[in-house]
Amino acid sequence: MKYLIMIYHTQQALDSWANMSAAQRAEGMRAHDALVEALAESGELVVSEALASPAQGKTVAVHDGAATVTDGPFAEVKEHLAGFYLVECDSIDQAVGHAARIPDAAFGRVEIRPVLDRNGLEM
Amino acid sequence: MSTATGVEGLLRELAPQVVGILVRRFGDFGSCEDAVQEALLAASVQWPAEGVPDNPTGWLITVASRRRTQLWRSDTARRRREQTAAALAPADPEPVPAVDDTLTLLMLCCHPALTRVSQVALTLRVVGGLSTPEIARAFLVPDATIGQRISRAKQRIKASGAEFQLPLEAERADRITAVLHVLYLIFNEGYTASSGAVLNRVELTSEAIRLARQLHDLLPGDSEVTGLLALMLLTDARRRARTGPDGTLVPLAEQDRSRWDTKAITEGVELITEALAHPPLGPYQLQAAIAAVHDEAARAEDTDWRQILGLYDLLNAVAPGPMVTLGRVVAVAMVHGPQAGLRELTGAETDPALAGHHRVHAVRAHLLDLSGDREAAKACYEMAARHTLSIPEQRYLAAQAGADVEIADPAATPLM
Repeated sequence: MKYLIMIYHTQQALDSWANMSAAQRAEGMRAHDALVEALAESGELVVSEALASPAQGKTVAVHDGAATVTDGPFAEVKEHLAGFYLVECDSIDQAVGHAARIPDAAFGRVEIRPVLDRNGLEM
Repeated sequence: MSTATGVEGLLRELAPQVVGILVRRFGDFGSCEDAVQEALLAASVQWPAEGVPDNPTGWLITVASRRRTQLWRSDTARRRREQTAAALAPADPEPVPAVDDTLTLLMLCCHPALTRVSQVALTLRVVGGLSTPEIARAFLVPDATIGQRISRAKQRIKASGAEFQLPLEAERADRITAVLHVLYLIFNEGYTASSGAVLNRVELTSEAIRLARQLHDLLPGDSEVTGLLALMLLTDARRRARTGPDGTLVPLAEQDRSRWDTKAITEGVELITEALAHPPLGPYQLQAAIAAVHDEAARAEDTDWRQILGLYDLLNAVAPGPMVTLGRVVAVAMVHGPQAGLRELTGAETDPALAGHHRVHAVRAHLLDLSGDREAAKACYEMAARHTLSIPEQRYLAAQAGADVEIADPAATPLM
């Protein structure tokens, strides 16, 4: 089964990241690198990316076939997706184990969701 | 053998033999297997264009041996000097030793030191002759993920000190069980795929059947091997009828049985009849026997549910599990009525593996529908749709929740 591990940040989380010492931040980056390496080595990693700030993004909405594009969202969003890991493992418990190694879990929020399978059994 | 598919089929058949011969000669499984993959790739390009050589196995052995030497030397400073000479196609393919190492290879790929997903990937590559990208496409993951699983699996085999020979008699039964499980997983991965964009995955069923057939040829007296092959054939026989044109799931009772593959059914029934005559009885044989009872019913209402219930009782004794429990509940309902089934289901739910499971909701919905309680059934279908982790199942269950028509004949097998 595939599981998407999503890392959410709030302004508060960004502040606590900013208030860390350089050594603490480096430690956090190393923890991510180590996790990526371990997951790649075990063959469980499908993909992992960090996302730019939501202010760098665009929002698209389609009405009557016409697309409207706006910049952002900006700061009014309380919580934003900061990065993700897509992993394939035998159970959600294993995915939870990997997620617990994400340093952001100490100050942000890390959510794990099963990916829907394209396979299905006849009922 | 001039078409691409012809060459491809031939290469897949020859792959394990060539790996076996190389490993016997050079010893190192990991580098030999890599070399064979490259030889297969070279052949898949060259043979369709230039024709299949007279001694295709000999050709592969020679090219793979040279490539293996090259790989081995690539660690040393001599690499560059050797490359030109080694890259040439063989002038004189060598004679082929008459040994079949397929069984040894299967058991090595299903070594207990490996995770299940690695066993699956390694088996498909080493014994099935599939390339890493082909396996990755079939399992919907990037090439690098499968590549990593395979190289890690090889390292683990090396670290475990496993030798290239059949395991000791005492270990062999466990290894065969692991091999059967891996083949069953490969089959299921392909079989449960819906049609359309997932054709690559459907090919996994034919690959699993091909490997199970090979294993059956090697171990004709093993009733569980025969049972697994029969189960695959009897299940795959329904493939064309199990999904609608848009990929929606069609329950067994509503399938157009004229679309079932009668040839596969005949072969599967023969195999399972033969297997059941030779004890001991095992879970694959019993599942195959259940599939055979379904396949032999010309119409859903002709299904011999008493016999199916008896088989589930046996299966429950031999290899109990949550899905067996649910299959048995449906059989009880079909023999003794939906109320009896619902009572059994309430009892079954005390198993922590089943509590809150979407299949429990689906079976309950189904039995409530049968008993005429449409409103309660709807709520259970909705609950099942929310809890399933499969897109086609979600679609099917949501449709059942919405359908206000009475279901014509709700016979179903939640197992398999």
